Amino acid sequence: MGGASQSTIDLKLKVWRQKDAATGGRFEDYDATGISTDASFLEMLDVVNQRLIKGGEDPIAFDHDCREGICGSCSMVINGNPHGPERSTATCQLHMRKFNDGDTIVVEPFRANAFPVIKDLSVDRTSFDEIIAVGGYVSVNTGNAPDANALPVPKVDADQAFNAAACIGCGACVAACANGSAMLFVGAKVGHLALLPQGRSEHNERVLAMMDKMQELGFGNCSNTGACAVACPKDISFENIVRMNREYAKASIKKRT
Amino acid sequence: MAILDGKVPPGSIEEKWTNHKFNMKLVNPSNKRKFTLIVVGTGLAGSSAAATLAELGYNVKVFCIHESPRRAHSIAAQGGINAAKNYQNDGDSVHRLFYDTVKGGDFRAREANVHRLAEISPNIIDQCVAQGVPFAREYGGTLSNRSFGGAQVSRTFYARGQTGQQLLIGAYQAMMRQVEAGGVQLYTRREMLELVVIDGAARGIVTRNLRTGEIESHAGDGVILATGGYGNVFYLSTNAKQSNATAIWRAHKKGAYFGNPCFTQIHPTCIPVSGDYQSKLTLMSESLRNDGRVWVPKSKGDKRSPEQISDDERDYYLERVYPSFGNLAPRDVSSRQAKFRVDEGRGVGPSGQAVYLDFRDAIKRLGEHVVSERYGNLFQMYEKITGENPYKVPMRIYPASHYTMGGLWVDYNLMSNLPGLHVLGEANFSDHGANRLGASALMQGLSDGYFVIPYTIGHYLASAALPKITTDHEAFKATRSDVEARVAKLMSIKGSCTADDIHKELGHIMWEYVGMSRNSDGLKLAIEKIGKVKERFWNDLRVPGEATGTVNEELEKAGRVADFIELGELMARDALHRDESCGGHFREEYQTPDNEAQRDDANFCYVAGWEWKGDARPQELHKESLTFENVKLATRSYK
Ligand SMILES: Cc1cc2nc3c(=O)[nH]c(=O)nc-3n(C[C@H](O)[C@H](O)[C@H](O)COP(=O)(O)OP(=O)(O)OC[C@H]3O[C@@H](n4cnc5c(N)ncnc54)[C@H](O)[C@@H]3O)c2cc1C
Ligand code: FES
Repeated sequence: MGGASQSTIDLKLKVWRQKDAATGGRFEDYDATGISTDASFLEMLDVVNQRLIKGGEDPIAFDHDCREGICGSCSMVINGNPHGPERSTATCQLHMRKFNDGDTIVVEPFRANAFPVIKDLSVDRTSFDEIIAVGGYVSVNTGNAPDANALPVPKVDADQAFNAAACIGCGACVAACANGSAMLFVGAKVGHLALLPQGRSEHNERVLAMMDKMQELGFGNCSNTGACAVACPKDISFENIVRMNREYAKASIKKRT
Repeated sequence: MAILDGKVPPGSIEEKWTNHKFNMKLVNPSNKRKFTLIVVGTGLAGSSAAATLAELGYNVKVFCIHESPRRAHSIAAQGGINAAKNYQNDGDSVHRLFYDTVKGGDFRAREANVHRLAEISPNIIDQCVAQGVPFAREYGGTLSNRSFGGAQVSRTFYARGQTGQQLLIGAYQAMMRQVEAGGVQLYTRREMLELVVIDGAARGIVTRNLRTGEIESHAGDGVILATGGYGNVFYLSTNAKQSNATAIWRAHKKGAYFGNPCFTQIHPTCIPVSGDYQSKLTLMSESLRNDGRVWVPKSKGDKRSPEQISDDERDYYLERVYPSFGNLAPRDVSSRQAKFRVDEGRGVGPSGQAVYLDFRDAIKRLGEHVVSERYGNLFQMYEKITGENPYKVPMRIYPASHYTMGGLWVDYNLMSNLPGLHVLGEANFSDHGANRLGASALMQGLSDGYFVIPYTIGHYLASAALPKITTDHEAFKATRSDVEARVAKLMSIKGSCTADDIHKELGHIMWEYVGMSRNSDGLKLAIEKIGKVKERFWNDLRVPGEATGTVNEELEKAGRVADFIELGELMARDALHRDESCGGHFREEYQTPDNEAQRDDANFCYVAGWEWKGDARPQELHKESLTFENVKLATRSYK
């Protein structure tokens, strides 16, 4: 009744199963029958998993939590696209009404150097936290803040900063990138903080530290294809990468002189 | 029964916190690094506490079940955060926020805590802005506000429909800065499964590494739980799937009193249930009620589509019943009204379990672009889930479990009755009484974490005698083997139902008998039924796979469901003992002639603190009596 359709479909799934990072993986076939078109993609997997458990098999591991497109937990590549075929949609927001009866759906983990597989569709994205730790913040201790309206911020700047800050850290950009680069993720954070006066003063150090860390962690280089922005469930703009490259160049020159 | 002492400091309400801050003992700066503090949870409360305590120089160990601390459930908060800034010059003040919160909570919160919260609220906004939280702004560059239920001023700060995300990212980044600086050690994908108590004080935790299954021990001088609420006891709720009660329930079983477990909030505006496969319910932010109008058809069983029902055939029941607050009546009241309409047979949609939230008039008045600017992302979310366009057809909404006002009992210092065990955020019972106002949970989480615990824990550490202990202590060994035995037990049942099967069954019972309205017979029946669920769980559960060497989500779920079952029973007992209606606790036997909650201040003006007495006996009730010196005890009216 969430949706009004009340119909069900039968699907064939090809799902990547992998015990852990050390063991190789392979695709396994599953039937997903009688799936309500109002169910979400993750709810479809729940149904499959409940059947697997009752049949004595190991359920498919995948990450999830909020199931409303904001926590960045869910991942997986669906029919070749991180988070599936719909634009601006995380896997948990993808609904089965977007599929047809009889479809075969291929489901794999996000694949990237810096995201080792933990199990099945679940990957380790803690490298993102390591990048934030080296500079993705404003260095202000609790209790040191002036009145919030003391420094007006033009609405356009605040809105743009928000657009960059809307990143959910899911890693789809990395999975979509042929080089496994994290430029969109880093660019979004650098952009968010650079667009606000509060973040300006340590801007140069920030962009240098975060970019260096990104490389150190095994993320690849950007070759400007823009695949990252297309895959992003939050429409983080490619502009952020352009801006960051500019700022990185400026900061590097400054550091040398 | 013992009398619980909230340790409220003396003095006038305006001076209590200021004086208390001065009177508390301090830990000398160079001694702070000698203390290790364990923080469990990285939502708003946990991250803000961890960051601030590390800035002060303490050694902080932080734990969360998520892969990254930024994925905590706080990330999903949509609508906003309250603060008594009075930037709109519309008559707001610390006193008004205090008053609204005490009244909104139906006079079941501790006045002194609420006043402190209101006093601190402006500092939170300052802090967040300094961190780069991109709040909504006006063209002139100043901060914007909107209104939330239960208030007649505009004091809610917001970042589009993603306020929780932006605030949490701010707190997370502040904490990650301390990780880099060495003050915080981060332990992700760790689930606290036990509290370790030595000589009566909380001295550590035992965790399970969710990637490897290893059971690990961690010792400290104080333990801070910020593990969120227990709304998932209903199975279907607006909470994230992993939100759970295990940490607080384990602490309860180690001696911490559980405060007001039956005070749970059912949020009026959620997308209704659509089928069995449903795994959660999605909230449609309360902010929508600024412009959306709630209605049902006047006549029963009217199955026409909404646009065919003319205005005089519609019952805009919130506007009719509560002319002064209208669609912005508080949550408990609005949810109950929706239930009344559905029970009368006037619900809408295929199942009849929904009411309309209609933007037709707002779109006419403001234009589609303004409505889209205000609520675009929420409309989009609604459309993704339901396949319907809310610009064209009214949203269908229904109440769902959302928030828990109850939690571990804490005193004014946010310390439980177990010395050293501090509880912050939604996990404690403290500030919202029997009903929380919208946009006040974020405020409380950040107030507790940034501005209260950094002071009060220092006082504890400076006053307590804390001998050095390590994880070699007998108590750690014993607690570890308890945890191992429990995991082994869960793995060994090898029955036929999954953790989800049993959780759903529990959820149905809770929703039916311990949900939006309750009565004595129903509650007794619920207790009996929950007993059966518990039996089934321990005799017929199936957990597939292995306990170690790999991820086993089913094992994680099973442990949490076991705790939800016991907590569900306590909720029913608490609801049964409280022979009155107040806030979200609506006992059908106690209502006014026009169906409003009827409190019984002569007999129930207290916080119920329940003490665990072992598996064989029911919990024992202790009371903290509440006095209202600054807000007059009165019947709440939103008419
Ligand atoms: C959909 C939705 C929208 C909301 N919107 C608003 C709003 O607009 N305004 C408002 O004021 N409030 C809102 N709320 C309420 C508010 O979001 C929560 O009350 C608040 O964020 C809780 O924060 P917390 O820090 O207490 O806990 P949480 O954010 O729930 O964090 C809990 C933490 O504990 C960890 N944890 C849990 N158990 C364990 C364990 N056993 N071991 C180790 N770690 C553990 C988790 O990993 C997590 O890090 C909303 C709630 C929901 C569900
Ligand atoms: S589960 Fe949170 S974004 Fe998908």
